[in-house]
Amino acid sequence: MSKNSEYLIERENKQYEVIIGLEVHAQVTSESKLFSQSSTKFGAEPNTQVSLVDAAFPGMLPVINEFCIEQAIKTGIGLKAKINKKSVFDRKNYFYADLPQGYQISQYKYPIVGEGKVILDMPNGQKEIGIERLHLEQDAGKSIHDIDPNNTLVDLNRSGVALMEIVSKPDLRSPDEVNVYIKKLRSIMRYLGTCDGNMQEGSLRADVNVSVRLKGETEFGTRCEIKNVNSIKFMQMAIISEANRQIDLLEDGKDIDQETRLFDTKRNETRSMRSKEDAHDYRYFPDPDLLPLEISQELIEKVKSDIPELPDEKKKRFIDKFNLSPYEATILVSDIETSNFFEEVIKNSDVKLATNWITGELFAVLNEKNLEISQSPVSAKNLSKLINLIKDGTISGKIAKTVFEQMIDRDQDPLIIVKEKGLKQESDPKAIEELINKVIENNSDKVAEYKSGKDKLFGFFVGQAMKESKGKGNPQLINKILKEKLNG
Amino acid sequence: MSDITSQSLFELTSNIKEKKLSSEEITKAFINRAEKSKKLNVYVTDNFEKAIYQSKKFDSNPNLDLKLPGIPIAVKDLFCTNGVRTTAGSKILNNFVPTYESTVTQNLWGQGAILLGKLNCDEFAMGSSNETSFFGNVQNPVGENLVPGGSSGGSSAAVAANLTPVTIGTDTGGSIRQPASFTGTVGLKPTYGSCSRYGIVAFASSLDQAGPMTKNVRDCSMLLEVISSFDQKDSTSIDYKRNYYSKELSKDIKGKKIGIPKEYRVDNMPDEIEQLWKNGISYAKDCGAEIIDISLPHTNYALPTYYIVAPAEASSNLARYDGVKYGFRSPGQNLIEMYEKTRSEGFGDEVKRRIMIGTYVLSSGYYDAYYLKAQKVRQLIKKDFDDAFSTVDAILTPSTPSSAFKIGEKTNDPVSMYLNDIFTVPINLAGLPGISIPAGKDKNNYPLGLQIIGKPFDEQNILNISYALEDKINFNNDISDWWLSE
Repeated sequence: MSKNSEYLIERENKQYEVIIGLEVHAQVTSESKLFSQSSTKFGAEPNTQVSLVDAAFPGMLPVINEFCIEQAIKTGIGLKAKINKKSVFDRKNYFYADLPQGYQISQYKYPIVGEGKVILDMPNGQKEIGIERLHLEQDAGKSIHDIDPNNTLVDLNRSGVALMEIVSKPDLRSPDEVNVYIKKLRSIMRYLGTCDGNMQEGSLRADVNVSVRLKGETEFGTRCEIKNVNSIKFMQMAIISEANRQIDLLEDGKDIDQETRLFDTKRNETRSMRSKEDAHDYRYFPDPDLLPLEISQELIEKVKSDIPELPDEKKKRFIDKFNLSPYEATILVSDIETSNFFEEVIKNSDVKLATNWITGELFAVLNEKNLEISQSPVSAKNLSKLINLIKDGTISGKIAKTVFEQMIDRDQDPLIIVKEKGLKQESDPKAIEELINKVIENNSDKVAEYKSGKDKLFGFFVGQAMKESKGKGNPQLINKILKEKLNG
Repeated sequence: MSDITSQSLFELTSNIKEKKLSSEEITKAFINRAEKSKKLNVYVTDNFEKAIYQSKKFDSNPNLDLKLPGIPIAVKDLFCTNGVRTTAGSKILNNFVPTYESTVTQNLWGQGAILLGKLNCDEFAMGSSNETSFFGNVQNPVGENLVPGGSSGGSSAAVAANLTPVTIGTDTGGSIRQPASFTGTVGLKPTYGSCSRYGIVAFASSLDQAGPMTKNVRDCSMLLEVISSFDQKDSTSIDYKRNYYSKELSKDIKGKKIGIPKEYRVDNMPDEIEQLWKNGISYAKDCGAEIIDISLPHTNYALPTYYIVAPAEASSNLARYDGVKYGFRSPGQNLIEMYEKTRSEGFGDEVKRRIMIGTYVLSSGYYDAYYLKAQKVRQLIKKDFDDAFSTVDAILTPSTPSSAFKIGEKTNDPVSMYLNDIFTVPINLAGLPGISIPAGKDKNNYPLGLQIIGKPFDEQNILNISYALEDKINFNNDISDWWLSE
C-alpha cells in the first residue's frame, strides 16, 4: 500500500496509527446444532428448538455433529489455513441465565484450524491479513429484558448453535480495511456454503480489538476489546471512536487500561464493560464428555474435493479469460450470487456488454430497490437476450435502457417488448437518408452556418435526425449519412 | 422354596421362567418387605403402585425369553427415570421429574425388569457413607447405626436387606465397591465406556460408571450382561463386543496370574484386613491361580489426584443447577442473588466443599499446579496398571481399609472419610474394571470385601476369579432383620 493511503489520526504534529484485530463469530450453516439434533432455523417461536441437551438437563451429554466439523474444515481450507488433525473441546465456565450448562463448549488451547490468510483488494493494491486460528464453539441462548418489567425471559433456540470464531492477526490498519476484510470473509464463507453471513440475523458478529501507536513505533499499544458488534458500519464507528478515545488519553499523558468495552451505537462511543482485574476466570479445561477430536487425512481430502472455485481464483480467471479489469472482476466475484448471475448471462452474450450492464444498470436498480442479486427483477436469461439485441443492432443502447425499464416491471423476453412498443432500430439506409433530407430541408439556415465553419452544429443535426426517427434511428448510420450530406 | 425376597436374581428368574412364581408375587413380596423396612431409609421415592400394575401386565402376557422377566428392581436415585422423580440425593433436584430415561435403566426395562423405586445415595454421589444425602442417613442392615457405605448406600443396603433382588449403582471413586464391601454384597465397576452415562446425573464425567450390585457373583454377571451396551448418545461409550458374561461364567481359573501390589499394604492397615487379603491369596492359590508380587509405584498419588480431578469436573458439571430451568429455586432481587441463594440453600456441605475445591484447582494461576499435574499423574497411575498387566491377568487387593463405621463417626473429618476410597480410586483413574466381593468379617462381625481388578474390557476374567473365590470363601452375611417393623 502506498504511503498516501495510510489511515492516520492526526494530533497537532503527531500521527497515530490504528491497529485492529477481529474475532469474527460466524454461525455455521447446518440443519442442526453443534452437539444436538435441534433445528437451527432462524425466527422460530421462542424455545421451540431446544433439546434436553441444549437446556442442560441432568445426565444429558453432547454428541458432536460431524457436519459442523466438515464445515469448519472447509472454512479452514478456504482461509488457506492449516487443519489441525487433533483438536480439543474445552469448557469455558461462567454463569449466565442464557447459558444453561453453566459453561460454553469451545476450543481453547487446541483449535480445529490454525494459521491462514485472507487477501484484501484495496484501491492501492492487495493486502494480506493473517488468520491466527478458527475454532468451533456453542452459541448461548438469548436473554430478553424488555418484555416483562420484572423478569428476564430466556430463549434457548440459539443455545448450542455452532459458531466458528475466526481470529485475525492484528494486521488491520483502518476502518476501510475492516470493511473489506469482513466482506471478503463473508464472501469466502458464502462461496463455501459454510456461513450465510447474514448480519441482520446475527449469523456474523465480531469482537473488535483496537490499539493505537505513534506512526513509526514498532511495539503495540495497550488494546481494548469492543464486544459483539453486529454490523460493519458499527464496527467502523466503534473503531474510530475508540481509537480517538485512546489517543486523547495518551495526549493527556494518561495510560490506557486493557479492558473489555461495549459500543453504544446511539451515542457513538465505547464504554467500559469490565476491566482486566474484573475479567472472568473461565476455568477452561478439556470437556470430559467429549473425546479429543481427531480428523483423518481422508476426511480433509474429501472436504478439499468439495471446495468450489473461491473468489480469488475466480477473479483471476475472469481477468485472464474475459479480459476484465481487476476492478470489474473484484466487483463481479465479491458475491457468489453475482458471479453466478454474471456467468449465466455471458453464456450466450457479449462479456463486455454484460459486465457493463450488470455493474451499471442492474446494480443501480438493485441498490435502489434494496434487493440482493438473487432477487433480481430481471433474470439472467432475459438480460443476456437484451444484450444480444444491442449487439446485433436490433436496438440501440439508448433504446435498450427503455426496454430494460420495462423488464424491471415484468421480467419478459426483451424482443417481445421491442416488438410490442415498436422500438426496433431503424437501420435501413434509405429510410435514414429520407429523414435526414427532411432535416436538412427544414434547417437550411443551420446548414449554411455549418458550412461556414460552425462544426459544433453537427450534434444538432444528429439530434434532429434522431428526433425525426422517434429515437429509433441507428446512430452510427445517422452519423455516417449526415456527414456525407453535409460535407459532400 | 425359600422366602421370595432372599432369593437371588438367578433363582427368581428361574422360578418365573418355570412359572413357579409370578412377577406380581415377587413384586408384592419386595414391596411388602419394604413397607416394614422404613427404618433403613433406603427409598427416596417408591414406585410401588406402578410396579404392581406393571407386574400384572407382565404376567398377563409374559415374555420368558427376556433376561429379567418381570423382575422388580430398585435403582440408585442418580439414574434419570422417565416420569419418576430423580433427586440425586439433593434438595436442588427435590422436585425434578425427568421426561427421559437413562440408557442403563432403559436396558433393564427392555429386558423385562420393573422399577420398584429410587434408592437413597450421597448427594450427587459425593460421599462414602450416604450421610450427605438430603434425604437422610441410610442404615446398614448389617448393624444398627452403621453406615452402608457410599455413595450407593441405599443400593447396597437394599440388596443386603433383601429389598431388591439386585440393583445398579454408580462408581466414581469406589461408590459401588466400598458400599458393597460394607454390606457383604457384590459390586462391580465396569471398564470406563462399558455402560452408557446417558441419563445419569453426572458427578465426574471422566470417572463415572454405572455397575451392578448384587447378592452374588452369578447375579452380577447376569446384570452386567443387561446394562453394558454401546450408546451413540454418550461420546465416551466404547463400541466393542461384550461377552455373554453369565453364560461364560466359570470357576476354572487355573493358571491365571494374579498380582499382589505391595503399595496397597498401607500404614495402620488393620490386621483383620491384612489377614483377609492373605486368605484371599491362599484361596486363589487353592483354585490353581499363580500369585505374583507386583508394584504399582504411583498408588500413593491416586487419592490426591482423584480429589483434584473429580471435584474439578464436578464444579463444572453442577453449574447447571442454577435455579433457572428446573429444580429448586430460591428467589432473589437479581440474577446473582438468585444464584447465590439457590445454590447455597440447594446444595449440602460436602457438595459445596467439592465445588469449591474444583473451582480452586481450575482457577487461572492454579490450573497448571493442580489440574494439569493431576492429569499427568493420572497417566502415570494408568501406566502402572498397564505395566502390571503385562505380567498378570488380574490384581487382588482389599476393597477398603476398614469395615463399616458408625453413623456420624467421620462426618467432621472429610479427609479420614476420603481415605476410605484409597483402594478404589486408582481403578477409576485408570478406567479399569474392578469388583468387590464379600470375603470375611472383622471382630465386630462386620463384612469385609476383596477387590479384583482387571484389564480394560476383561470383566469376564474378574467375574470368573470372583466366582471361584466366592465358592471357596463361602461367605454368609447372617443378617438378623433387626430393623423390621410390623
